[in-house]
Amino acid sequence: MKITLGTVTRPGGSRVNKTGAWRTAGKPHFLQKNCIGCDLCTLSCPEGCIFGTGQKTYYANEDFCKGCGICANVCPVHDIEMKPEEAEDA
Amino acid sequence: MPELVKERDKYADHLLCSGHTACPGCGQSLAARLVVRAAGRNIIIVNSTGCLEIFSSKYPESAWEVPWLHSLFQNTAAVASGVEAALIALGRLDKVRVIAQGGDGSSFDIGFGAISGMFERGHDILYICYDNEAYMNTGIQRSGSTPTYARTTTSPPGRVSLGNPKPKKDLPQIAAAHGIPYVATATVGYPMDLDRKVRKALSIRGPKYLQIHVPCPLGWGTDPSRTIDYARLAVNTGLYPLYEVEDGVTKAQRIPRRAPVEEYLKGQVRFRHLFEGAGRKEEIAEIQKIADRNIERFGLIAE
Amino acid sequence: MLKGRMIQGCRAIAEAVTLCRPKVISAYPITPQTLIVEELASMVAEGELKTEFINVEGEHSAASLVLGASATGVRVFTATSSQGLLYMAEVVFNIAGMRLPVVMINANRSVSAPLNIWTDQQDSMSVRDSGWLQLYAENNQEACDLILQAYKIAEDHRVMLPVMVCVDGFVLPHAFEVVDLPTQEDADAFLPPYQPLYRLDPDDPYTMGAFAEPDKYMETRYMIQRTMEASIPIIEEVASDFKRAFGRPSGGLFEKYRVDDASTVVVALGSMAGTIKDAVDELRNRGESVGVLRLITYRPLPKEALYEALKGAQNIVVMEKALSLGNSAPVATELRSVFHGRPASPRISGFVIGLGGRDVTVDDAKAAIARAQQQLVDMEFIGIRTDLELEGINA
Repeated sequence: MKITLGTVTRPGGSRVNKTGAWRTAGKPHFLQKNCIGCDLCTLSCPEGCIFGTGQKTYYANEDFCKGCGICANVCPVHDIEMKPEEAEDA
Repeated sequence: MPELVKERDKYADHLLCSGHTACPGCGQSLAARLVVRAAGRNIIIVNSTGCLEIFSSKYPESAWEVPWLHSLFQNTAAVASGVEAALIALGRLDKVRVIAQGGDGSSFDIGFGAISGMFERGHDILYICYDNEAYMNTGIQRSGSTPTYARTTTSPPGRVSLGNPKPKKDLPQIAAAHGIPYVATATVGYPMDLDRKVRKALSIRGPKYLQIHVPCPLGWGTDPSRTIDYARLAVNTGLYPLYEVEDGVTKAQRIPRRAPVEEYLKGQVRFRHLFEGAGRKEEIAEIQKIADRNIERFGLIAE
Repeated sequence: MLKGRMIQGCRAIAEAVTLCRPKVISAYPITPQTLIVEELASMVAEGELKTEFINVEGEHSAASLVLGASATGVRVFTATSSQGLLYMAEVVFNIAGMRLPVVMINANRSVSAPLNIWTDQQDSMSVRDSGWLQLYAENNQEACDLILQAYKIAEDHRVMLPVMVCVDGFVLPHAFEVVDLPTQEDADAFLPPYQPLYRLDPDDPYTMGAFAEPDKYMETRYMIQRTMEASIPIIEEVASDFKRAFGRPSGGLFEKYRVDDASTVVVALGSMAGTIKDAVDELRNRGESVGVLRLITYRPLPKEALYEALKGAQNIVVMEKALSLGNSAPVATELRSVFHGRPASPRISGFVIGLGGRDVTVDDAKAAIARAQQQLVDMEFIGIRTDLELEGINA
């Protein structure tokens, strides 16, 4: 690792830090049943780790998801459920 | 598993990217991501010391995809003034926008003078204050933005205290008093409203002030999954009025669904002492009065 | 026939700054630097200086503003004194840590309390640990020359550290002197445009000012230390470039005045060296073997060169307009460490004089020399008044 003059660093290096390891209470399951593709989950994730390109395509990148549960709480059609780590995929 | 979004599209609007070390459910990290998403790549950000800076810039990892500088705690507005001056000297200010951002600590208190100077000099800078109502990064100490009766480590309730005895400083009004072209309050509870205000602010030349209310699950003692709920409740009680002041004309936004202040206060550990035992009815009534005054003053309820 | 024109120091300094083409200037007025800022403002108003000139609300913001501008990749300038320097102190350290080549003029002034606007060097001495290079000028000609050299040293990619040019307040900025300033053409030939190593630019984004954990921070200080040591030959290089370009010597590590065969050498910084040179001449006329070494580059401290220059002396008499309260005076203390454990060991005596702008006279210099020749002195004040009652102190 190089120490630059003034600790200047290039963009985006934080992606090496897999914050998914922080999860304790559970992770979001996207039921893909009621999803209307409103994008609110994508918009509301503080990690920016939810991706989707329309109705019933959304998922969370588990490398980074901290399990905060905002997405599940904010989904207007309750299509996201927080389940324990070991639960089977929906 | 749905078809994976292409790598490039994935990160196109993630100019504050994953891997940052904010607490789960952090309102400020969400707000910052939304701000930079609305602002785009052609910006330079000057950030003060605080949670946002610490969780996004641990050498050599950086969560910022845009040019970003952190200097000290109280000089953000002044450093940003220098960035703007340099861009003018280089003939680049028409293409590159300058954002100065910090928490309520660096904005309401220690950096207040520098912000006032930046406003007064008319720099073309958008100043954003992420208001979580205390010095969170250093462990939840009171700031000029801490609301009345909130618990912080330097204003704890106890045998002879009911928490923070002081009212919240009204920084948006102070900003408006400088006569700058645009002042607005926003909240992470209404992301698209926040998005609109960032875009609107960046379309205006001159000093702008945007204050964003951001719940802090750790400091407020709220459920991390309910960050957006609490942010909305703050608005719906009238405690955090949403409005814009454009060239001196105030346009307030109606409350979507009115709620009594208890609904907002009772789930927060920082106000729990008001609900212990018989409850502090007088103090809660005082807080309700603050909310009522805002509603009347800004016209937050439809007639 | 002297080349140059009779000009007030503040104006000369402002013109020297203009020749360096800084793109952003921000400085908060404080006596005795104020005239410099006013001259710059007037030059901007007359269209003689094309720069973004920003009046800020305080020195902390002035330094912060030039920090931001420098990080965006342009050459900058600021100036201050005393309380202003102390107020911006955290930014001063920050600029050095961020390796930004800011150049500043510090008009040396005493520090409060009590309030005193007159000259001494306590202010710049109090930030000598900051990582800034510090150059001390004797007169306005040298101040102007050092400004040009300062940018060249600071912006050298082997350095990339800020430089503070110190001028004794009132004594230099307010005084009239014949100063020879180069043409813009000659200045441009000596000082090419600034080429930043890193800058804030959306087309090539960087994150600046990341925080460093214990496993990385110490290396950043090590880097600055090694760089400052390595900048000593670069300072000399730039001084020779200057001599070649403008035909006269100026700057460098120190000036030796009748030192080589002297058994007693006075060491001093700044304008009082001029007075000491008069004392030296008088004593030489009486057959005494004295000289004065005027230190120009105080940070980095040019230890090897100082050792070589002073090793032949028996007595070194350090006269300083500063002190480290609770210990001794800074330059004397540091000079002792230069000789520590080395073969040559002259007696090094330290004297504090002229604080708060009290005049330094030829007689004062002679008194210090005589005292040091009589007895090795760790640190003594020269000229403490005996007619005053000093509360709490036994007279």
